[in-house]
Amino acid sequence: MLYRENGQFKTSYAADQQIFPIAQDRWAILGILVFAFIGIPLLGDEYLMRAILIPFLILSLAALGVNILVGFCGQITLGAGAFMAVGAYAAYNFHIRIEGLPLLVSILLGGITSALVGIVFGIPSLRVRGLYLAVATLAAQFFTDWVFLRIPWFTNNASSGSVSVSNLQIMGWEIITPFDKYMFCLVWLTVFALLAKNMTRSAIGRQWMAIRDMDVAAEVIGIRPLFAKLSAFAVSSFFVGTAGALWGFIHLSSWEPAAFSVDRSFQLLFMVIIGGLGSIMGSFFGAAFIVTLPIALNQFLPAIGGLFGVTISTAGVSHAELIIFGSLIIFFLIKEPHGIARLWSTGKEKLRLWPFPH
Amino acid sequence: MKLRKLALAASAAAAICSSLLVAPAALAQAKEQFFPVLVYRTGAYSANGSQWANGYVDYLKLVNARGGINGVKIIFEECETAYATDRGVECYERLKGKNGGATLFQTLSTGATFALTEKAPVDKIPLITAGYGRSESQNGAVFTWNFPLLGTYWVGAEVAIQHIAKKLGGVANLKGKKIALVYHDSPYGKEPIPVLQELGKLHGFEVQLLPVAHPGVEQKATWLQIRQQKPDFVLLWGWGVMNSTALREAQATGYPRDKMMGIWWAGAEPDVKDVAEGAKGYSALTLQHGAEPNSKVVKDMLDLVYAKGQGTGPKDEVGQVLYMRGLISAMLGVEGVRKAQERYGKGKVMTGEQVRWGLENLNLDQKMLDSMGFAGVMRPVQTSCLDHMGSAWVRVHTWNGSKWEFTTPDWYQADEKLLRPMVMLASGKYAEEKKLKPRTPEECKL
Repeated sequence: MLYRENGQFKTSYAADQQIFPIAQDRWAILGILVFAFIGIPLLGDEYLMRAILIPFLILSLAALGVNILVGFCGQITLGAGAFMAVGAYAAYNFHIRIEGLPLLVSILLGGITSALVGIVFGIPSLRVRGLYLAVATLAAQFFTDWVFLRIPWFTNNASSGSVSVSNLQIMGWEIITPFDKYMFCLVWLTVFALLAKNMTRSAIGRQWMAIRDMDVAAEVIGIRPLFAKLSAFAVSSFFVGTAGALWGFIHLSSWEPAAFSVDRSFQLLFMVIIGGLGSIMGSFFGAAFIVTLPIALNQFLPAIGGLFGVTISTAGVSHAELIIFGSLIIFFLIKEPHGIARLWSTGKEKLRLWPFPH
Repeated sequence: MKLRKLALAASAAAAICSSLLVAPAALAQAKEQFFPVLVYRTGAYSANGSQWANGYVDYLKLVNARGGINGVKIIFEECETAYATDRGVECYERLKGKNGGATLFQTLSTGATFALTEKAPVDKIPLITAGYGRSESQNGAVFTWNFPLLGTYWVGAEVAIQHIAKKLGGVANLKGKKIALVYHDSPYGKEPIPVLQELGKLHGFEVQLLPVAHPGVEQKATWLQIRQQKPDFVLLWGWGVMNSTALREAQATGYPRDKMMGIWWAGAEPDVKDVAEGAKGYSALTLQHGAEPNSKVVKDMLDLVYAKGQGTGPKDEVGQVLYMRGLISAMLGVEGVRKAQERYGKGKVMTGEQVRWGLENLNLDQKMLDSMGFAGVMRPVQTSCLDHMGSAWVRVHTWNGSKWEFTTPDWYQADEKLLRPMVMLASGKYAEEKKLKPRTPEECKL
């Protein structure tokens, strides 16, 4: 009833090709953005921002990057954590070694370095695919782990191997409080999510999807696999790299290679699989699911236990959290193998036919 | 439909119950000191983490059983970090504002300490990193809110070399020797390297660095290197499963265990229990703590807490090495609060800022320690603005196949003359990087 596009006529190509052709979607997205920019800073407390929203925003950006590669171009990667690490450490080195380099430039350079490394590790994708490629990208993970642990130059000869940044500012705006950090990440994510969405709708995105669906056929109709695959690797690594730089600079502000371990790669891959492969929206769903659910479970389980007079030990809560989290992943994958994004669009379809869905 | 009704009923019940529960808690808040407890009872290091956590929580219970801190009861809440830095940060954020504000944090992780060092001054909550964390934070003029009480990894490394020198019959005999460091490849494991290299230059021995990747079950290559290069001594900066693996590998390669020495994270029961006889002769450093099942504080614990069925862990682990470590860590925090009360009002709830003053002016003499039941367990601790460590005494204990024994009754004290300049240099570098102005002696007195 509410969600129906009857009467919304497109009178120009521009109107027909806009990102959200349905007015209700446009308003909903606008509403979410307004809420994120104005509502949350007014309502949210420090804990919500620092412990939940900032990690969510940054990992959404990383998930977007992984989704471009895995979801849109069909190249499975297990090296996302590696590209995050490259982004973070490259941005760190630019930041400390070049005096007076603006923060934004450092982070973008981190992303560009990550893109270059991504291209190098993407070369095997021209010969191998599927699981074999996944194993090849895993090499990137172990390689970067080794580089940042063993070569002291990259960590500015820090004796403990842990690096840190401080006094971050952009044109006089000092990024110190959780509010500043949240806003910075939010603006960054908004810009790059828009970029990603448009990229997937443009010629290059269509090339990626053609390669994903059948690379031989794509080649026959004139798409160059070399360009399509390596550009997907580059763009994906750029996104993941900037996310890594944000993770280090904004979220942790002091980090060690363990922050970008192979666990992080798996986590990002799970995000896009659960959220929805080949969907921008899905990246956000996946990130929200993986970032917030464990924390929510961890907080609510003791409370629920308390209702029934049961005190659950800290270890018990932690184990239960893993069990429930794991079962929910399996539940979602059985119920909807195409991810939460597909559930969302089925829901929308049903809503259009409401009150008589079929 | 049925399910939906059930869910509705359950959530309604939850809402009612929680509102009932919240009311008395808010009333009772006035006279309670809140101790957040960051623990890892799960994950790769749970065997060690659980014992530490049991000791920590039990001591807080014991303080309450003895009547609180001048009448102020302690409340605490655990938060599981599984030794992940990001989870530790989340726990910190979650607990720092609860129940009228956190008194202090003990991060129990070098990674989390690095991440929180810059946040603590903003939130005005002291960080106690008793025996771990960043070594240069001993300099309280720069690291106002960090307290690496009872020693750091640098102290550990220095004493390890002292002990080896003693075994060899003098510092002069260190010349030309080879000492290998098998370490957990993380900030924790890398901490001792600068001190060892410095000492190596000073005494003319060679330091071999052999990193082991987390979690440390894969050490074949490391021990092959040890077999080839035959170092005279092996220092083990390992953790959890890495320690028992290292000892097994040493057994397999035939490296003498009495030439191996571990830091305190590599010197507790869970590390050697499984290897039992195979680890005989292996010794480890303890930063004052150690297995003390016959001390008075342990007896008190059994009488006042465990006899009432309020103990957190298994009874037979009370008094073991890491249990005592947790217990001492909790004691230091509690004593910080007590000291702060002396200045800001006895029987009042202290804020983080006041506790910081208390920790900085901590002065636990032998008499006080004895009265608390710590006779023979530890030595006096006195902190100051420039020295947030308070004590550099270390003991060495050896595994005899079934339990840890203090082999040398004499204690070691780390050489401040050597470590102090290193601390000043490293903390000065930090202050410069962060554009911090170290506190002047006048500011320290405030």
